[in-house]
Amino acid sequence: MRISLFIPCFVDQMSPRTGVAVVEVLERLGHEVLYPEGQTCCGQPAFNSGFCDQARCVAEHFLDTFADAEHVVVPSGSCAAMVKVFYPELFQGTKRAAEAKALGERTWEFSQFLVEKLGVGDVGASFAGKVTFHDGCHGLRELGVHAAPRTLLRHVRGLELVEMGEARTCCGFGGTFAVKFPEISTAMAQVKCNSIIDCGAHTVVSNDPSCLMQIRGYFDKHGNTLPCLHLAEVLART
Amino acid sequence: MSAITDEFHRAAGSVADDDDQRAFMRKALGGYEHTRAGTEARFTSWQAARDAAAALKWDALENLHALIQQFVDKLEKRGVKVCWAEDAVQARSYILEVVRAHQARSIIKSKCMTSEEIHLNELLEHEGFNVIESDLGEYIVQLRKEAPYHFVFPSMHLRRGQIDDLFVEKHGYVSNEDPEALTMEARRVLRRKYLEADIGFTGANFGIAETGMISITENEGNARLTTALPKVHIALMGIEKIIPTLDDLALLLPMLATAGTGQQLTCYNSQYSGPRSGDEPDGPEEFHLVLLDNHRTRLLADPEQRDALRCIRCGACLNVCPIFKNIGGHSYGTTYQGPIGAVITPHLRGLQDWKHLSHASSLCGACTETCPVRIDLHHHLLRNRRNAAKAAPTMFERVVYGAFAGVMRRPWLYRTLTKGSRFLNWLGKPVAGTVLDPVRAWRRTRTLPDPAKQSFKDYWKQHRKAGDAVRASAPTVPTVPPAPPAAGAQS
Repeated sequence: MRISLFIPCFVDQMSPRTGVAVVEVLERLGHEVLYPEGQTCCGQPAFNSGFCDQARCVAEHFLDTFADAEHVVVPSGSCAAMVKVFYPELFQGTKRAAEAKALGERTWEFSQFLVEKLGVGDVGASFAGKVTFHDGCHGLRELGVHAAPRTLLRHVRGLELVEMGEARTCCGFGGTFAVKFPEISTAMAQVKCNSIIDCGAHTVVSNDPSCLMQIRGYFDKHGNTLPCLHLAEVLART
Repeated sequence: MSAITDEFHRAAGSVADDDDQRAFMRKALGGYEHTRAGTEARFTSWQAARDAAAALKWDALENLHALIQQFVDKLEKRGVKVCWAEDAVQARSYILEVVRAHQARSIIKSKCMTSEEIHLNELLEHEGFNVIESDLGEYIVQLRKEAPYHFVFPSMHLRRGQIDDLFVEKHGYVSNEDPEALTMEARRVLRRKYLEADIGFTGANFGIAETGMISITENEGNARLTTALPKVHIALMGIEKIIPTLDDLALLLPMLATAGTGQQLTCYNSQYSGPRSGDEPDGPEEFHLVLLDNHRTRLLADPEQRDALRCIRCGACLNVCPIFKNIGGHSYGTTYQGPIGAVITPHLRGLQDWKHLSHASSLCGACTETCPVRIDLHHHLLRNRRNAAKAAPTMFERVVYGAFAGVMRRPWLYRTLTKGSRFLNWLGKPVAGTVLDPVRAWRRTRTLPDPAKQSFKDYWKQHRKAGDAVRASAPTVPTVPPAPPAAGAQS
């Protein structure tokens, strides 16, 4: 299958290893991975702040970049939700409404793509240790991603999956919210990080790099070196 | 930043910093979630019930003009005096007029958030009337001269010891923290108040158009005493509380109970249709119903957000909201706290003054997922943000998002700037964490990783150029040592 990758702007800059891991997993499964090099951002920061014209401008660039893509895979539930759920609203009543909707239908969050589209549960990965999974809220509630990452993790050799308490609770990232209301955002991170510690996991895994930035940032500030990995980084280990 | 926004930041920050208070609330609301899950499971299908309740309330809103007329006609035929109050001022002056006309000294109230919305207690007290809240939680916050903390659990922020202290101070109560003893003390004081009251004041959870009745849901029996003993009954109801038929309660009452408290049914659900008629031995001699708009029709006219009027004020969205759990109810500074408050307050009290509540959300969607009438809560927060930015964008944000769009649609500019960002990051190292640091708000409580030495775009260039040979030297996860091969590992 020919798969086009969308690597979100902050993953490109801050944690490219997540993107590399996605490439490795998909190529290991025998797929052809494409990366349209003109890609930048999905436009979510502007959209979530209410600046829809500016968001649409960026989103149009996204539509152009991925116009020919058969399937677009995104290693972030949040950015995937932007395309799948919010583009149709953003382009409603414009000339590109149908195009946006169609691209949304061809766009997938990484774990959902593997399990639901490709029908893969076991990607041949090995990872020793006790792991807990944090659901990014956009993936969880906008896209309904819950079972897929767990299915993938359960098939990883040597990996023990444990659920944390209040697993469905937000980590407090929320984009601009994290800097507009840092006190609230940090209080939420504290709750999340305590849940992670309390469940006894040695590693926390998520399908959203932005949540990982929040969780890792909080742990790091408090001298905790607990590894925070993207799902793809775990699945890339053999 | 406006004074309202400043105060929100201050109050929210102070609770967010209070580990004990937050742990206390999480524990209380954790218990609620557990109980509620059990009760939801007793429905044949909770999701189907949500669909039905949403459709029912939606229908009622679509036909509001006809239903409300039907409702009022029925009530008036039974001698109820109905006031159509366009806003808080009209509602307040009507109620004050009735109270004055009866030369009332004492007014007993059962729980009514709509009366908080029009600041009725302040008005009546200011005019010299004695007002007593009869719902235990409301009574407690009234004694403390506080606003309700949560519109269903008004005193959920207080510990037993604080209530004990309060009764000792206000009643001369002999200290005893036993919940039953505390409740009996409140009962002892309140029983007398019902007998003394000239006027009983209530809200309404539903207004049934078919029969011309208001329906009141409560757990303590206080609303029944409030409506049965005083000679005059005044009820205040938002116009969105209208439902078409009596049968609709068969769905809505269990849903309100389940979503609100996790109960299968609230202890008391009573319907009232007017003053006592000739052959009835008790009930009020006079019955007034104040129908309040107070900008609800403005929300009704909004095709995107009018579903917010489906709200049955169960409070479930507060109970599951991580923001509410971490900032508490008083921080909002609104009558209706939590997600529903953040959605409707800008409509009821002005978008620009209250837009900060729509931004004070991580948009996690727990509220929308839990709402028994399927209000699109967290998406409405986005719509409020959009409407606020459209009407009055700040110069700062216009510049930021203008620049954002300018860069993100030009890949060459994005590449140039991101390359430069590594240099800027290096250059900015000495100011990290200081007032000059643009990401100080983040860095004060969290660390921020440096931009990676090699971006994904750079990796991809190499990956394509050199093919698989390069992949072996691709950036790997730096924070974790390679996992030892597990027994029986396959690769």
